[in-house]
Amino acid sequence: MRHRWISVLICAATTAAATAACGSGGAANQTADGKTELTIATFNEFGYEELFKEYEAAHPDIKITQRKTGQGQPHHQNLFTKLGAGSGLADIEGVEEGYLSQFMSKAGQFNDLKEIGPKVEDDRWLKWKTEAITTKDGKLMGYGTDIGPLAMCYRKDLFEKAGLPSDPEGVKALFTSWDAYFAAGDQFIAKVPGVAWFDSAAQVYNAMHNQLETGYYDKSDKLVVDTNADIKKNWNTVTAAVAKGQSARLGAFSNEWNTGFKLGKFATKTCPSWMLGVVESQAGPENKGLWAVTDAFPNGGGNWGGSYLTVPKQSKNAQKAAELAAWLTAPEQQIKAFKAKGTFPSQNKALDAPELLEQTNAYFGDVKAGALFATQAKKIKAAQYKGPADGQIQETVFSPALQSVEQGKNADEAWKTAVEGAQKAAK
Amino acid sequence: MTATLSKVDRGRAQEARPRPPRRYRLSNADAKYSPYLFVAPFFVLFGTIGLFPLLYTAYVSLFDWEIGDDDPPFVGLENYRTLFTDDQFWNALFNTFSIFLLSSAPQIVVAVLIAALLNANLRARTGWRMGVLLPYVASLVALTIIFGNLFGPQYGLVNDVLGLLGIDPIDWQASTFGSHVAIASMVNWRWTGYNALIILAAMQAIPRDVYEAALVDGASALRRFFSITLPMLKPTLIFVIVTSTIGGLQIFTEPKLFEPSGGSGGGTEHQYQTVVLYLYQSAFQGFDLGYASAIAWVLFLVVIAVAGLNFFLTRRAVK
Repeated sequence: MRHRWISVLICAATTAAATAACGSGGAANQTADGKTELTIATFNEFGYEELFKEYEAAHPDIKITQRKTGQGQPHHQNLFTKLGAGSGLADIEGVEEGYLSQFMSKAGQFNDLKEIGPKVEDDRWLKWKTEAITTKDGKLMGYGTDIGPLAMCYRKDLFEKAGLPSDPEGVKALFTSWDAYFAAGDQFIAKVPGVAWFDSAAQVYNAMHNQLETGYYDKSDKLVVDTNADIKKNWNTVTAAVAKGQSARLGAFSNEWNTGFKLGKFATKTCPSWMLGVVESQAGPENKGLWAVTDAFPNGGGNWGGSYLTVPKQSKNAQKAAELAAWLTAPEQQIKAFKAKGTFPSQNKALDAPELLEQTNAYFGDVKAGALFATQAKKIKAAQYKGPADGQIQETVFSPALQSVEQGKNADEAWKTAVEGAQKAAK
Repeated sequence: MTATLSKVDRGRAQEARPRPPRRYRLSNADAKYSPYLFVAPFFVLFGTIGLFPLLYTAYVSLFDWEIGDDDPPFVGLENYRTLFTDDQFWNALFNTFSIFLLSSAPQIVVAVLIAALLNANLRARTGWRMGVLLPYVASLVALTIIFGNLFGPQYGLVNDVLGLLGIDPIDWQASTFGSHVAIASMVNWRWTGYNALIILAAMQAIPRDVYEAALVDGASALRRFFSITLPMLKPTLIFVIVTSTIGGLQIFTEPKLFEPSGGSGGGTEHQYQTVVLYLYQSAFQGFDLGYASAIAWVLFLVVIAVAGLNFFLTRRAVK
């Protein structure tokens, strides 16, 4: 009988252990040897690995732990969930430009870096980069890391086939304005059957939209999607081009889009700096030398992508975290990150650095890509104000609505759906 | 005499028994309570990771709870009221049922047929049986991505084959029915073999002498199948149908990964957005946890209702 009692006790003990297993949670800020531990959560490649070692060597009392997520989406989902949970965030959190509107609506849960951070020179970053993460009452919610200035990529061989100029200088005339761009598209599709002018309507529309002075929201956070005439005008221009057959109707980043690159099914692509790598890997070695890029973009410039470093109020070492973030985003460091992983710097001084200006891209015919995108970055005038549901409206309302037009839906009906969808998202 | 005796006996039985010694009492308690203790871990775990979230979801659904809110306002049944007037929800419910019917119904019929074939005298029997299980072993995500490629509207293999047969290409992304067929085919590919094996196991448990008796009575193969095999399979069929109802109505991965851009809209106009996908979109793109919780609960009740309905229908249909 005795052994049975023992088994009951063991059972009870294991039950208790199993239920208590979710105990330890609190943030441990001190390592065993008395250093302050700073955690930094990033996604994709920020190119900071070597910089961390450098910083630790210069600051013996700091230990840096990086939490790296492969993709942006899970990283931001995690960010907003843990923001809701009230704990679990890193001392420094990376935030991507696409999630900025959502982030800014939660700005109250992050530190004002002007207040807690070290003194940082005012003109460290491109003006529009800092503007986008400054609240209406002037608080700086993040330090800029990298950007994605837009240029235009095009297929040289297909342009020649259509009788269009194909050298980087001559081609600029086609990319001075959106009107010129779509007019060239008409000319192109008439000459080269079976090949479209651009990959996807949403890709072009989003670039046009971000150039508008006022976007989906006005500065008082009122949704103006149905009253802002510019939005409707862009919509009409793009859907008209779709109706003429200028779009390859390939949703960005889908498998079919990749196949479109391989088969050369479209002649131009709106190209942020990081897109060169995407084009290279999707179009593959067999298309090497066919793609080119030029430092022109319809109606000036634009930006797609790039990130910020932020310090949540949850952080127990906010001040030290801000110091690290300020150091990482200084021009000297961002140039090193650029060399490590190709993240395009958002700092004025870094844009003039020789390392950047001399960088070339072999796939795109040895073009001086660094200098080219630096020129494009300086063309951007201002950051469009983004309201609370701005990112959601772009991703889940307008992009699918444009795709539905590409699938054959009537453009006016799709517009109605888009406006209703935007109103629902903004509710 | 006997009466007196029995009376005495009864009296004795009612007498208070002397307290058994301590060690017996302990051992009695052991025999009585330790079984509960042994099963307790399951219930404790179920309570914390199963029941609690279930109830907490119901609680959350009563609030206008945006992710990150410090004190969300209580709105009572407002989320449910909005839900029942939400076109997108009804559309999602329709899509879910449509995909469910297109997958489960043919799947179970085919699974029974495959099981019957596997039950016949075959060479390399185990090989065949393992063969039908292979799709189940393959990774769901990999499978879905491959099927997504096959059903690509412009460069997909399925459209190429249709083209060879002289049929116009179908836009599997744009068409509601087309997308449902594509998604249902992924479900069928994965689950038919699995269900066939479960049914096969049940078939082999049917006593052979029943068949022999039928054979002696001159019943044809078809008659034996419908009059013996199917009725004897009833408990297993109920199990298979109820589990595939529960799984089918909660379909998520297939439509999620069928969307080329990886979004949660389920197509440009929600052609194949299922209820769970809409739930996910509300919670993690719209960050509206209250509304998402309301969707979760309505779906929970729908699943219970449909599973129950199927249970009774199956019980009545197969006699």
